[in-house]
Amino acid sequence: MSERINSAWSPSSRELERRSARRRISTRQAIIAAVSSTIVLGTLISIAITSPGWEVVKKTFFDLGYGRKVFPTVIAGLWINLQLTFIGGFCIGVIALSLALLRTTKSPALTPFRFLATAYVDIFRGAPLILIILLVGFGVPALGLKGIPSNVIFLGTVAVVLTYSAYVAEVIRSGILSIHPSQRAAARSLGLTSGQTMRYVVLPQAIRRVVPPLLNDFVSLLKDTGLVSILGVTDAVRAAQINASRTFNYTPYVVAAILFLLITIPMTRYTDRAIRQRTNAQSSEGAI
Amino acid sequence: MANVLEISNIRKSFGNELVLNNLSLSVPEHTATVLIGASGSGKSTLLRCINLLESIDDGQIFLDGEEISDPIINVDEVRRKLGMVFQSFNLFPHKTVLENITLAPMKVQGKNKDEATAAASALLDRFDLGDKADQYPDRLSGGQQQRVAIIRSLALSPRLLLLDEITSALDPVLVNEVLSIVRDLKSDGMTMVLATHEMGFATQVADEVCFLESGNILERGSAQQVLHEPGNPKTQEFLRRVHQAGRL
Repeated sequence: MSERINSAWSPSSRELERRSARRRISTRQAIIAAVSSTIVLGTLISIAITSPGWEVVKKTFFDLGYGRKVFPTVIAGLWINLQLTFIGGFCIGVIALSLALLRTTKSPALTPFRFLATAYVDIFRGAPLILIILLVGFGVPALGLKGIPSNVIFLGTVAVVLTYSAYVAEVIRSGILSIHPSQRAAARSLGLTSGQTMRYVVLPQAIRRVVPPLLNDFVSLLKDTGLVSILGVTDAVRAAQINASRTFNYTPYVVAAILFLLITIPMTRYTDRAIRQRTNAQSSEGAI
Repeated sequence: MANVLEISNIRKSFGNELVLNNLSLSVPEHTATVLIGASGSGKSTLLRCINLLESIDDGQIFLDGEEISDPIINVDEVRRKLGMVFQSFNLFPHKTVLENITLAPMKVQGKNKDEATAAASALLDRFDLGDKADQYPDRLSGGQQQRVAIIRSLALSPRLLLLDEITSALDPVLVNEVLSIVRDLKSDGMTMVLATHEMGFATQVADEVCFLESGNILERGSAQQVLHEPGNPKTQEFLRRVHQAGRL
């Protein structure tokens, strides 16, 4: 609807002055940023490499040759972390959505489940993940139940899923509660049942709103799958640990850390962008 | 003429605040009843009670002779027969204009997609919004959004249309495009109850004007009678203030 910019237009001399002033300011800011970065990073690096223990640290943490040698075992471990993240992430999504819906429903038939869901969220959100992993990993096999696998990868995944479902359920629930009641009123006044209102009107808007925090949780999930190594799962952390304890060279830990960062940093950058887009969209939502 | 809506002696309070006090109202078929009164006089609450969005504390509401204030009634079925349009439009921002309109016919009335889309497109064309079908609500002006909201409630062919200050969130230039739809519907014979601050418009469409104050109807009658020759001193006072604000 906006009119095309007139092609005959050329900027006034005042506008040209303003532009060159803006360029001068941004050049000056770039120089200040470069100088301050050089000073701060240079100081930090020189403190590290002039320290008395630097030679030892270099050998035990940054041994390039050894790093290359352990790389295949660490990356094989990382594959376990990734599998755990995606399979676990799917289960978490399903369970968390059910918990969030249970906690926001008013249906009288579901009252006992609503209480159970609240108790579940309180317990698993409140207890440290590492304790849940230990309890599930060592407690469940001790029960000697038939039909439940005592595989540590399975039990580790269950523990992570239990805890993360509680976190994610709360994120989804906050999204549901953030949808203005007028949306519900509009849907109900059209004759939609409360279930249809949730399904077609509230939930699609709620999920869209909580995508950025969910992406954040997904990054945390990938990192926290490293904790299942305490059960003896040979993930990236455990693989690094095995190598390090054989040689007393800690380079494998650095290799594992770098591999995790290679995945998590792009993911967090993407999340930040999603959050920015979300904020921009919201500001143009106007009356709605 | 049969009464579509019959309200007898309803009462509604929020906490200690009495919002509707022993209010009665009859709305015959094909007529428009206009509610006027200051903010907080109970107009919106009355409309929300009719639509069962609020439950009443006492009294009865009948729709086509059936008591809808009975707690065992299926509220979803009642609301299918009532169209409601809100001051703040309340379109669904994640759905296109067309999807906003077809949602209820498809999910509530069980129409298939083609059928619902054809009916919705016909309504959009009739009200000059045919080219907006695939737009999202936030790309439309306030007046266009409110027209879509009216069409959305019409898509269910309601027995009674409830309009709650539908032009109060619009700038004066856009008010008329929304009100002209309501005039069209009135001449089609749609039965409506509307709350408004547009006194000129009230004069044009109202078969009956009710002046609400403190949750009760203080004066009722034809638009000529209530808006131009009010008998009650409170009505006179209200209209004098509206006149000062330049809205009459």
